Amino acid sequence: MSQLSDRIKDVIAQEPVALFMKGTPQFVMCGNSDRALRALRDAGAPVTAVDILPDPAIRQELSAISGWPTIPQVFVAGELIGGADIAQELAESGELTTILEEKLGAGYRDAAAERVVDVLAPAH
Amino acid sequence: MAAERLETLLRSAFPEAAELSVEDRTGGGDHFQVTVASSRFAGLPLLEQHRLVNEALAEPLRDGTIHELRIKTREAQG
Repeated sequence: MSQLSDRIKDVIAQEPVALFMKGTPQFVMCGNSDRALRALRDAGAPVTAVDILPDPAIRQELSAISGWPTIPQVFVAGELIGGADIAQELAESGELTTILEEKLGAGYRDAAAERVVDVLAPAH
Repeated sequence: MAAERLETLLRSAFPEAAELSVEDRTGGGDHFQVTVASSRFAGLPLLEQHRLVNEALAEPLRDGTIHELRIKTREAQG
């Protein structure tokens, strides 16, 4: 069990909405990551983003944890929701809002603003 | 052609599929849109439907053939 793997698990477990993506919300490096981010933003989700590009190990450890092979990956309250296509489909059908309300409570939109965490840095 | 390889893998994983297609979105042979309509998806959450498609394409996902994958799944009548 590596330190990186533990950091990733912590982010998944502790952040209400975790988005593992290529790039950051300010500088998205992939069309699928952009679609997932837009879907979450449209639903008013409090996104905590993790850029997987700085080290290939991040993606390897993440996929080992989640069993999901592609990026992006969206987690809500510690549970894998899916990738870009699922996030987009759920947003368009309105189900994403329902999932966010069920898992985070009706006031989820008032939670923390969008932010980025670095899983390579030691936890503080 | 990568698209043909993907379609072969999907057809063997979903022989019952009512609809199955692989589109090379950019013409570059590494950005794909796959669509599968299958009776096997009945009652399965979207996450599990997509997981079955990812499993069928595990090898091209792992070896870098697929740079970007878009998945559309649908329940089909058995």
